[in-house]
Amino acid sequence: MTPAGSLLTARALHKAYGSTPALDGADFSIHPGEVVAVMGPSGSGKSTLLHCLAGIIRPDSGSVLYGSRDLSQMSDAQRSALRRSDFGFVFQFGQLVPELTCLENVALPLRLNGVKRKEAEERSLEWLERLEVGEVRAKRPGEVSGGQGQRVAVARALAARPRVIFADEPTGALDSLNGERVMTLLTEAARGTNAAVVLVTHEARVAAYSDREVVVRDGQAREMAGLA
Amino acid sequence: MTAVDHRPGPTDQREPSGKAPTGLAVWFRDLVMGMRFAVGSGREGWTRTALTAVGVGLGVALLLGASSVPSLLNNRSERSNARTIEFGEQKAPRSDSSFLFHRVGSQFRGESVDGILLRPEGGHPVLPPGVDKVPGPGEAVVSPALKKLLESPDGKLLHDRLPYRVVGTIGQAGLIGPSEHYYYAGSDKLSLKDSGTNRATAYGWRIQSPDMDPVLLVLILVGCVVLLMPVAIFIATAVRFGGERRDRRLAALRLVGADNHMARRIAAGEALLGSLFGLIVGAGLFLFGRQFIGAVDISSLNAFPTDLSPVPALAVLILLAVPASAVAVTLFALRGIAIEPLGVVRSAVPRRRRLWWRLPIPVIGLALLAAFGTVDRKTGSVNTYLIGAGAVLTLLGLTMLLPWLVEAVVARFTGGPVPWQLAARRLQLSSSSAARAVSGITVAVAGAIALQMLFTAVGDDFTKPTGQDTSRAQLQVMLPARDGATTEKMIDAFKDTKGVSGVIATISSRILSAGQERNEDGFPLSTSLTVGSCETLQEIARPGPCKDGDVFQIKGGPGSYVDEDLPKIARPGARALLNDFDDKGNVLGRPSTWTLPRTIRPVDARPDPTGEQNTGLFATTGAVDVKKLADPTARAMVRLDPSVPDAAEYARNTAARFDVTANAFQLMDTSDDRRFVSVRNGLLIASVATMTLIAASMLVTTLEQLRERRRLLSVLVAFGTRRGTLAWSVLWQTAVPMALGLALAVAGGLGLGRVLLGLTGKSGIAWSVVWPLPLFGAGLVLLVTLLSMPPLWRMMRADGLRSE
Amino acid sequence: MSIGHTLLGLLESGPRHGYDLKRAFDEHFGHDRPLHYGQVYSTMSRLLKNGLVEVDGVEAGAGPERKRYAITDAGVTDVAQWLARPEKPEPYLQSTLYTKVVLALLTGRDAAELLDTQRTEHLRLMRGLTERKRKGDLADQLICDHALFHLEADLRWLELTAARLDKLAAVIGS
Repeated sequence: MTPAGSLLTARALHKAYGSTPALDGADFSIHPGEVVAVMGPSGSGKSTLLHCLAGIIRPDSGSVLYGSRDLSQMSDAQRSALRRSDFGFVFQFGQLVPELTCLENVALPLRLNGVKRKEAEERSLEWLERLEVGEVRAKRPGEVSGGQGQRVAVARALAARPRVIFADEPTGALDSLNGERVMTLLTEAARGTNAAVVLVTHEARVAAYSDREVVVRDGQAREMAGLA
Repeated sequence: MTAVDHRPGPTDQREPSGKAPTGLAVWFRDLVMGMRFAVGSGREGWTRTALTAVGVGLGVALLLGASSVPSLLNNRSERSNARTIEFGEQKAPRSDSSFLFHRVGSQFRGESVDGILLRPEGGHPVLPPGVDKVPGPGEAVVSPALKKLLESPDGKLLHDRLPYRVVGTIGQAGLIGPSEHYYYAGSDKLSLKDSGTNRATAYGWRIQSPDMDPVLLVLILVGCVVLLMPVAIFIATAVRFGGERRDRRLAALRLVGADNHMARRIAAGEALLGSLFGLIVGAGLFLFGRQFIGAVDISSLNAFPTDLSPVPALAVLILLAVPASAVAVTLFALRGIAIEPLGVVRSAVPRRRRLWWRLPIPVIGLALLAAFGTVDRKTGSVNTYLIGAGAVLTLLGLTMLLPWLVEAVVARFTGGPVPWQLAARRLQLSSSSAARAVSGITVAVAGAIALQMLFTAVGDDFTKPTGQDTSRAQLQVMLPARDGATTEKMIDAFKDTKGVSGVIATISSRILSAGQERNEDGFPLSTSLTVGSCETLQEIARPGPCKDGDVFQIKGGPGSYVDEDLPKIARPGARALLNDFDDKGNVLGRPSTWTLPRTIRPVDARPDPTGEQNTGLFATTGAVDVKKLADPTARAMVRLDPSVPDAAEYARNTAARFDVTANAFQLMDTSDDRRFVSVRNGLLIASVATMTLIAASMLVTTLEQLRERRRLLSVLVAFGTRRGTLAWSVLWQTAVPMALGLALAVAGGLGLGRVLLGLTGKSGIAWSVVWPLPLFGAGLVLLVTLLSMPPLWRMMRADGLRSE
Repeated sequence: MSIGHTLLGLLESGPRHGYDLKRAFDEHFGHDRPLHYGQVYSTMSRLLKNGLVEVDGVEAGAGPERKRYAITDAGVTDVAQWLARPEKPEPYLQSTLYTKVVLALLTGRDAAELLDTQRTEHLRLMRGLTERKRKGDLADQLICDHALFHLEADLRWLELTAARLDKLAAVIGS
């Protein structure tokens, strides 16, 4: 059963690493334009849920429906293609390719998706400017501050106009001020493009940028929306 | 500063007690600390140390091998000299320890089987080296390799030729190499009257070894540079294995209070320990590897394991130079890097590499070679140092040019598909590590190309048409025939031998003029008389009609030896003596006269199957009584049936049955100096081995880089990067520097080769020796990429995304 | 918050009428609750009695009293002392929530759900503050942030308690 109008729905996800269960019957759904915070203590399975939802890993059982397609039934190549075209990603750190300039980093998903270099870089520059880091375009990630780098990463996640953005502790390595700015820019941009955001965080102030939250505990996700 | 530090007073309170260590003590303290870190920082530290140790060890093993070559050659030639039997011009006196000997050479399936027949003349004959008992008649002591061959099923055939009872084996002291086929056989039939048999009283020969061919010296010189420089470069690369992780550890050290110099020295200490382990590993590899040297048989360049012992001075040099260079390389590598407490900072804008000081190095090298490196073949003098310096500068120059070239070319890369962009950017950011790895290959290939060119050109000197005609006969057997009857029996025996399809047999001897006329040296006039059938005559002359009883006078063709005495002896109806004369010109034995027939037809010589032109008198068997000939020699040229395997061995066995001292040799259309070919192949193998070694270090570097980027790879996978995209980028990253390196190597190699060719007065490029090396290099790039795929695949799983 | 000290502080920039004081207070501090004039009046009489302010003059006219107040030296000293004195940190013991959790455990109810519900409520409030912050000016942002950080601290307590429910249950049960 798919909730009406939902973009991405997971049902009864199970995933174990070795004998340790990371997900133990997790449910999840998100609508277009919605920002959902995935919260929970460390090791509760937040990131595993995100990875399953994004098709990065395949759950041991359960389904992940994106539109009418079940990610858990798709091949690695198909899931990769879907991630390239429909999903965007922001991680805590270590995500920018150190040799590429910031602009090239932002253009990377577009280019992986087959967009010509010139066009990809033009579009990327717009996003860099929208995230207030247009001036670092020719710099390499090692030469910019953490806040700038994270904005570049957000720009990269948004540049390909994804329908779902997966953000795993996107402000984890930033101070409050930079964290807030990044969250503001990320959520505004996502709402502006009607993209859904799956936001994994353990910080309540970051979760406060969401529309609702899901708490993962012991590998089970609880929807809190009904209580709001 | 020191004065201030050690001034007693309140400022000195920080110092706990005593003096702070200075100078060497500081170095020692920090190096030791580094060594402790190298093993004390868990599995990762061990891995890194082990990698370095294995890398350095491989290099050290090669160096030890190279440093053993002089003693190897020396030991071989010493043993060879020790068993050589000296017989002077003056006949040795017969004594209790004297013995008669006769050298016998033969071949079995293309391998030499040499031996010496011995007949002791007294009760206490001298023993040959490596033998503890002189074999009695019908007995033999043989080399272990020959013993094995004789005992094997294949050896049955050889056993027929050497029908001795094996009573012992020859020890190492009596053999040049372990795979040599050699024997001493006892005989009671040897007599000083037989030609080739001599008396001796001792083994061992002391002569000045001839000076080496200067061309060969140049080859060896350049060869050493070519093979050892990549090894040095490899060692330099190996001590940097795991550099990025080490950087992080160094930063942590800075955080707890080490200063910049300390950190550097600690890093040097880590590399030092790796290189010390490398010395141990290298010595182990060397000792292990040399067990197998006996199995290696390149152009009979075969040696015992103990022959491969490093020259002590060189071994000490290796022992000291390797750890010292490990320290030096590490310090050098860290020079552009600031180790800060929070991380390692590479100078933000790396210095652009300049061409102006790099280019002159190879140019000077080539100029040196061209200007001074002339080999005077006549005096044999060669300007060793300048040629060596020239070659070293040229090759070193190439390695210096490479980083510049890689940087200059890579800097122009913009755009292109994503894998290309990733690779290009990576190279732009740190082209030096890639260039470093490839520079070893560049030297190896450039040097190998140059040497191969030289070898091919010089090798042409060694491949000559022999003038032999293997379509008419394949084997020639010479044996002293005591009488004509034996010869006839021999011919029949050969005809009956399995695998023989035809025999051309002659008996030759000298005949003298019956008159008292003497030549200008005071000797009687003499010429050679060859006796054979009319068919045989067809093979050595163009006679026209021939019937038994005819005698012919064979005139040599143009360029052949002109027998001035021949016309004076070969007069129809004249008398000749079938006797020999001694070294004073006195006719030996009772005069035995032969009256020449009324007609002696002159005929032109025809080269026989061995390419020789026979001149002199030719008598058909009915014209002269061969039994009367003095000291005749029988010669049989045997035509073999190519469809019968081992036909040559059967024929040799037949020859040996008649006379164990019979000398049979194979005829060949061209003589290709096999030693030369195998040296060339050896060089090819060595350069291939070097390239493989360097490919291994490239693989390590690539894997290390991938491991460093595990998290980044996972992120790239997360946003849908195809595996192929990353695989291609790894390929390009390896292939681009390799392609540049190989291009430079081919250019440099051709240049160096040309100059070297000029030195030896040769020209012409044999492309066939040039292209295999770059091709092999390209293959290695593919291999490195392929081998790095499984770890890449493994690392491209999402595990890397899980927070640490 | 001490209204007396705040009004005294406002007087430091110059004498004001009572009504001006109320307006100034509302402008700077009265985001949530504007001050009643009566409160200003009673506070000012207390300050007058203590000699911290004095009457600078009275304007004639109809309507409410038009006294102009000015701060005295003693008043300035008092403000300086108040500003310099650290506030006593109040260890807010989550008494109500703690009581609820313990009661839930004692009565066999689902304490985790209680905490989750509370978390949702906290987050709902935080979302509202975040939204207001996004739309508001710098002053709004600072004030909202203050509230947000406090709420976040509460939330951390909620999470920690949730993680320790088993232990707590054991302690209570024994």
